[in-house]
Amino acid sequence: MSQASGHVVGVNGNMVSVQVDGDVSLNEVGYIVLDDTTTGETKRLKSEVIRIRGDRAEVQVFEMTRGLGVDDKVEFTGELLAVELGPGLLTRVYDGLQNPLPELAEQCGFFLERGVYVNALNRTKKWDFTPAARVGDAVERADTLGTVPEGMFKHRIMVPFNLYDQYAVKSIVDAGEYTVDDEIAVLTDGSGAEISVTMRFNWPVKRPIDCYAERLRPTEPVVTKVRIIDTFFPVALGGTYCIPGPFGAGKTVLQQITSRNAEVDIVIIAACGERAGEVVETLREFPELLDPRTGRTLMERTVIICNTSSMPVAAREASVYTAVTIAEYYRQMGLNVLLLADSTSRWAQAMREMSGRLEEIPGEEAFPAYLESVIASFYERGGLVRLKDGGRGSVTIGGTVSPAGGNFEEPVTQATLKVVGAFHGLSRERSDARRYPAIHPLESWSKYPGTIDPGMVEYARDALHHGNEVGQMMKVVGEEGTSLDDYIWYLKGEFTDSAYLQQNAFDPVDAAVNTERQKYCFGILFDLLTSKLNHGNKDEARNWFAQLRQRFLDLNGAEWQSESFKTLEAEIRDTINDKRAGTEANAMDFVGEIRN
Amino acid sequence: MKKVYSKIESIAGNVITVTAEDVRYGHLARVTSSIGSSLAEVIRLAGDKVSLQVFAGGRGISTGDEVVFLGHAMQVSFTDNLLGRIFDGSGNPRDNGPRLEESLVEIGGPSVNPAMRIIPRNMIRTGIPMIDVFNSLVESQKLPIFSVSGEPYNELLARVAMQAEVDLIILGGMGLKYDDYLYFREMLEEGGAMSRTIFFVHTASNPVVECLLVPDISLAVAERFALKGKKVLVLLTDMTNFSDSMKEIAITMEQVPSNRGYPGDLYSQLAARYEKAVDFEGAGSITILGVTTMPGDDVTHPVPDNTGYITEGQYYLRNGRIEPFGSLSRLKQLVNKDSREDHRALMDGMITLYANYKESLEKKSMGFRMSGWDEKLLKYGEIFERDMMDLSVNIPLEQALDRGWQILAECFDPAETGLRTELINKFWPGGRNEPDEESA
Repeated sequence: MSQASGHVVGVNGNMVSVQVDGDVSLNEVGYIVLDDTTTGETKRLKSEVIRIRGDRAEVQVFEMTRGLGVDDKVEFTGELLAVELGPGLLTRVYDGLQNPLPELAEQCGFFLERGVYVNALNRTKKWDFTPAARVGDAVERADTLGTVPEGMFKHRIMVPFNLYDQYAVKSIVDAGEYTVDDEIAVLTDGSGAEISVTMRFNWPVKRPIDCYAERLRPTEPVVTKVRIIDTFFPVALGGTYCIPGPFGAGKTVLQQITSRNAEVDIVIIAACGERAGEVVETLREFPELLDPRTGRTLMERTVIICNTSSMPVAAREASVYTAVTIAEYYRQMGLNVLLLADSTSRWAQAMREMSGRLEEIPGEEAFPAYLESVIASFYERGGLVRLKDGGRGSVTIGGTVSPAGGNFEEPVTQATLKVVGAFHGLSRERSDARRYPAIHPLESWSKYPGTIDPGMVEYARDALHHGNEVGQMMKVVGEEGTSLDDYIWYLKGEFTDSAYLQQNAFDPVDAAVNTERQKYCFGILFDLLTSKLNHGNKDEARNWFAQLRQRFLDLNGAEWQSESFKTLEAEIRDTINDKRAGTEANAMDFVGEIRN
Repeated sequence: MKKVYSKIESIAGNVITVTAEDVRYGHLARVTSSIGSSLAEVIRLAGDKVSLQVFAGGRGISTGDEVVFLGHAMQVSFTDNLLGRIFDGSGNPRDNGPRLEESLVEIGGPSVNPAMRIIPRNMIRTGIPMIDVFNSLVESQKLPIFSVSGEPYNELLARVAMQAEVDLIILGGMGLKYDDYLYFREMLEEGGAMSRTIFFVHTASNPVVECLLVPDISLAVAERFALKGKKVLVLLTDMTNFSDSMKEIAITMEQVPSNRGYPGDLYSQLAARYEKAVDFEGAGSITILGVTTMPGDDVTHPVPDNTGYITEGQYYLRNGRIEPFGSLSRLKQLVNKDSREDHRALMDGMITLYANYKESLEKKSMGFRMSGWDEKLLKYGEIFERDMMDLSVNIPLEQALDRGWQILAECFDPAETGLRTELINKFWPGGRNEPDEESA
């Protein structure tokens, strides 16, 4: 396709109208040539076509547009907005358009200068290539040609996903060291034409990568080591979940904890329109922190896509797509990838800004009418798949939502809730009471199976409900007007909350709890909940629970199966047995079943 | 020579349109009318139609007035001569001093590369115990003061300006009452802090467009000083006025409003300003303390709401005091571990007791019987409010911590405070042998 050119006819914020000479396509990338009058430099500002009307195209510019003028030249590239895929993505820190930020800093210093673009993949680094395909093999897109080691992973070098034909391998290089630009294979297509393949290729960010055999239903849980998530509101490998919450409720902290502890192969962090300071924490700490499962630093399994709130808004819109495309790429290698997007509201707001500039008819709260479908198609890019070679890979997506005023009725939260499989709603009430993580235990839900017997979990949830009801009633009738039985349910609910749901992120042991331990401790809790307790009066019951809670908190802080753990456990069991007077009526069926 | 355009095609609010050639987006023009001349900024290009936002407002401009394009964006002079001076939102002096025209820098520059940021590590001491002890202000932090109109937030800012241990204060006033402007000036002159202060002030009677420029111009200057190694504290009051000006312009420009009339990019606009707070490795830093008044004490109002998502915590100012409960400095954990060993424990302990005091107070107001413990708490709460929370208290951090121990000793037995024994042994005034027999 011949590349079109054009010239600027209008500027409105970061939206520029272009008179086009030639053919352009939607989402095609163009560069606006800016002769900076103050510095005398010529800069090329990257932009993307977002609307075409006749020979007039509207483009969104990924940079500040100050200094642009009518008649400035625009050069279109004939290519859609794409990311570069190949070995060397892990450990990197990119902006929303996949420019490596540390490399930009080397060039430009403290500030992000516009019009400076750096290759996403290192062009000089040599990779240790081992061929897997042989001359004469029939291959198609996403088939493995060979592998290179990338950190602890075997990075598959695949037939580029944008080659849709059937091919035969004409030649492939021997094992050895190659850069991403070296030719590693030559393929011939049906008509005999030769195609040279390197270790890198581009893929348009807004197209899902679909080179798998089939999508599977997500059933196996992702272990996040956060008790309230793993036990009560689990997330499945290949599932999607969202974390809405007002400011200060701990969304970002929860995401950070998850990015550290989640038992997945690769974590992609998309910091989308949030504070730069938070990214910095991850950036500085991850290279130091060790992943207990692999003994490598966390950075080695992480890619950070970082488009913070003060960076240009159009690139913010692109950043979540960049992140999900990289996630899908690694899924093709049979890996489990977790994508954490913080925050999808900022992404939605970026769409709203653009929609406003395009003067589209606004929907609710001025969000564009296509908000829901765009959010849905983003989350739908997650999923568990069976690859063509029989292996499995998954992309799990967790997005935070920052609803205006903490009100979950707003459009972004509602549109998100329609498409996700789990909802971890954070509440201001709980964060004010310092009950962290502030996931609301009664309002949140998950459609995925967890690791703990669902009946037992349901029972614990009922106990929480009942306890909460009694608590609400007590606010009206006072402690005096509440029966002892009800009061004990109230205490049981409170106990479950403070000893199990709350988790101390700063405690070295309590911060991350594995499945085995969760099951074990939940067993003790379940034992307590199902026990009918023999207390004389409310004061006695309250003190008893306070003591038990203290022990349980100590237990949470004790090393798994250490001496002190065992001592505390024995104490707790003794305390419970001491007051047990049979089994709660509503737990009869269960307990029989479980104890047998 | 620069071309003069003398045909203004439309005037709506503060926005005028002329037909002109070779004009660049974001650049300035000078509009000369019968009532004086004003700068104007290009805010939209559509073919040869150029829309300009006139800083001094559209009133009095006639269709025959002259427009000259200057060929550059908004600039501000950056020299040491700025110190002690007072300017308006367009950078014109308001103190009868000379205009500054040398070494001009553009305002609203690019964002800092996140990869070049560092984890904040230094506390800014203010001499206000509710800040230093309970919610420390950290270098490079951005914090708003959420407040209702009528609260003494400007007094608080003035106190911070005089007492904070920084090299330079830049005060950006937006929609300030003229009295408040005079108050700031007098306070800082009397306090002797004027020589390290730069004012950019827009008062309520000035044209609304200038209000929009105040944060940018203040932060552009701050950034330059920070790059030269200065520790700069930028005080912005009041960001709600800034947002309201933005709303006014957006509506004039016929933009689709998103929430209560505010433009859809309110978050991005506020973030672009607040995110200027930074600690430059090997140079200085910018810390931002802003005021956000909450219309109707409603924290879900779009301005405080969006601000809360951007900033690193907030101070609530209520009844003339910084509230210990809603207030939070998200970065305090990074600095209060190095100040003094008892800092964190005392901070948590005193707040827990104060929360208990509030409960007892509520019980008392409902007519419940007061136990001995309640009496102790009531006494504690009263002293705490008087000696710690009152805004007039001005003592360094170490003294404030000592004062905290004294207050505890006046009211409680050591064991009742819930503090760790080793700390009590070390810091309890007069040793831990004399339990205070206060109430029955």
